[in-house]
Amino acid sequence: MDEILEILESNARISIKDLSKITNIPEKDIEKKIKDYEKKGVIIKYKTIINKDKIKNSKSIIAIIEVRVAPQKDVGFDLVAERIYKFPEVKSCFLLSGTYDLLLIVEGKDISSIADFVAEKLAPLESVRGTVTHFMLKKYKEDGVILKKFSENKRLAITF
Amino acid sequence: MIAKHIQKIKPSGIREFFDLVLGMPDVISLGVGEPDFTTPWRIREKAITALEEGLTTYTSNKGLFLLRKAISDYILKKHSVFYNPNEEILITVGVSEALDLALRAIIEPKDKIIVISPHFVAYPALVEICGGEVLYLITKEEENFKINLNEFKKLLEKKPKAIILNNPANPTGMAYYRKELLEIWDILENKNILIISDEIYNELIYDEKPISFVSLNKNAKNKTVLLNGFSKAYAMTGFRVGYACAKKEIISAMNKIHSFSIMCAPIISQVAAIEAFTAEKELIEMKKEYKRRRDFIIRELNNLKLSVRKPEGAFYCFPSIKKYKLNSLDFAKKLLFEKKVAVVPGRAFGDEYDSYIRISYANSFENLNKAILRIKEFLQNLDKNV
Repeated sequence: MDEILEILESNARISIKDLSKITNIPEKDIEKKIKDYEKKGVIIKYKTIINKDKIKNSKSIIAIIEVRVAPQKDVGFDLVAERIYKFPEVKSCFLLSGTYDLLLIVEGKDISSIADFVAEKLAPLESVRGTVTHFMLKKYKEDGVILKKFSENKRLAITF
Repeated sequence: MIAKHIQKIKPSGIREFFDLVLGMPDVISLGVGEPDFTTPWRIREKAITALEEGLTTYTSNKGLFLLRKAISDYILKKHSVFYNPNEEILITVGVSEALDLALRAIIEPKDKIIVISPHFVAYPALVEICGGEVLYLITKEEENFKINLNEFKKLLEKKPKAIILNNPANPTGMAYYRKELLEIWDILENKNILIISDEIYNELIYDEKPISFVSLNKNAKNKTVLLNGFSKAYAMTGFRVGYACAKKEIISAMNKIHSFSIMCAPIISQVAAIEAFTAEKELIEMKKEYKRRRDFIIRELNNLKLSVRKPEGAFYCFPSIKKYKLNSLDFAKKLLFEKKVAVVPGRAFGDEYDSYIRISYANSFENLNKAILRIKEFLQNLDKNV
């Protein structure tokens, strides 16, 4: 992977100036490269990982939903998936192998809003054969980032 | 009460400076001689499992066979050289112990040992503790801090018993490759001199394939004590595991001392070290990061018009501060007081290097960047006062 992407992946807020310093690529070229990546859809979005447990009054509920669906002729699962992932409640949608087909990550303000989504929107879809909903209890690690703050690795300030 | 030869060893001239650094809050330290990464999780997890399984005993003096076997396999794969894990490998408490053992096993009073300067601080001290005499082979910045073969030949007339070779070297980061090692070997081939090859930074060579002295040829291997360990490459400094590889007579002499003074390296650390060989991916990631930082720091030091050789390995560079008319200790103190950046004064690595400082880039980009900006301001002030 391009060095620029590697660095951005771990720190999306790094300045063009610092990126240029680290990579020794002129700022102009970096800007051009990033624009290019954005245009091509290599870079999709710059996201911040927020530990919502730490924010008062902003509790939201997350559910992982297994969905069994009936694939359709010629288009397989894609069309059904599209019907489902377009709902704004659906944060992520994956097609998996195994005992069910689609895995959804759904966010709502409370349990009943998620229940409503499943009962009123998801389950009634013609191609949906069944759902299993799991409510998330605690997040430990997200997108490779451990949400707990560990104390810093303390080295002696001078050693040989 | 204290033995004369111990009294004679001069305390590090920069002890006082160390205390200053350690006592000052919010310092950005470029003086650290260990990785800023935490040991890869798979290795730490293995150590935890070892404790859970009740692995809390002594091991054989030489160390766990499985670890010796893993080291043997690793050296064979990496350098195409075979060491018999039964009698040619000894697990020690860090390379420091291995070095101490090698020196103690060979030095008799007044024996001479060549130390290449600038040198890792422990080399001359350990030689002197053993009652030996240090022959310093001074290297120059103009010669990339590498051995001057004529000087080397001259020094050999004093009949040294061994030479300590640090490849790549602390504090300069310079590495020797095959051609240079062969030139050194040509000179040593017909002499009865032991080569103690400290290759602790061997995995951290950035531009070319690392080479070990023992891979030159069979004779070179037989005349060498190869020292290496897990501290730097796998960020395992606190585990304290190193090893020595050499022919049977040398290892068994070293093991004699080791079995009485140390007994064995801690079993938990040994078990963790076996796991280190599976952490290749983590090693590559760390190495990539060091290389990126090296390139950054060298570019920035060049921009600041400091004379510095581009290090080929380890995580240090050794810029010259000659033009500032300050000795290395005064320079480092002033930088610490005025800008809260710590570096190691060059004199710690040999009297001849009082116009150099050692910078360690085992630090985050954020810290390196901040430190460089502070050094820039610091040098601008010095320039004004010159």
